[in-house]
Amino acid sequence: MNNYELMVIFTPVLSDEEFKAVQKKYSDFIIENGGNVVHSNPWGLKSLAYPIQKKTTGIYWVLEYSAPSSFNEKLKIQLLRDEQVLRHMITALDKYAVEYNAKKRSGVPTGTEKVEG
Amino acid sequence: MAKANEIKYLTAIKAEKPKKKFCRFKKYGIKYVDYKDVEFLKKFVNDQGKIFPRRLTGNSLKYQRKVSDAVKKARQMALMPYVTDLLK
Repeated sequence: MNNYELMVIFTPVLSDEEFKAVQKKYSDFIIENGGNVVHSNPWGLKSLAYPIQKKTTGIYWVLEYSAPSSFNEKLKIQLLRDEQVLRHMITALDKYAVEYNAKKRSGVPTGTEKVEG
Repeated sequence: MAKANEIKYLTAIKAEKPKKKFCRFKKYGIKYVDYKDVEFLKKFVNDQGKIFPRRLTGNSLKYQRKVSDAVKKARQMALMPYVTDLLK
């Protein structure tokens, strides 16, 4: 059971309940395949740094989960098939990353604030 | 005979003392560079969106690679532009 982090950009035309429905769909997909969702963090509508598929804004969603290593392939197929998804990225998290995310969520300073320019 | 102060050097004498460079990751004990933290990554990118070399940031090799990986991931997910002007 490795820790992964999925970040997805949806098309901006998605309405609120559709956004929730799609989140639920993928979360349930993870749970029924033997993974478990650690933390779901929808960022909502954000402007993109450069246009993707002629769209300048997108709905971001970050999901931290842990799943068996064979699972990511199935998830990727689902994401590629879904038209609402503009772009997605799955990153593996090592133990420092998991600790960083846990600290970030609980509000403990993670040391990046002290770093001056 | 030109006096000492009249001699014009071709290149300016590097008078200012270069500030001591240190690897901020070792010093502040940061172990993971998060690709979602754009404000932090902007410190390692010039105003055209290009990554600073190690000799300017003073990072150690291990953390410079983590920073460049994080910047490339942020660029992939449209959190940071590939090329722009006056990013900061």
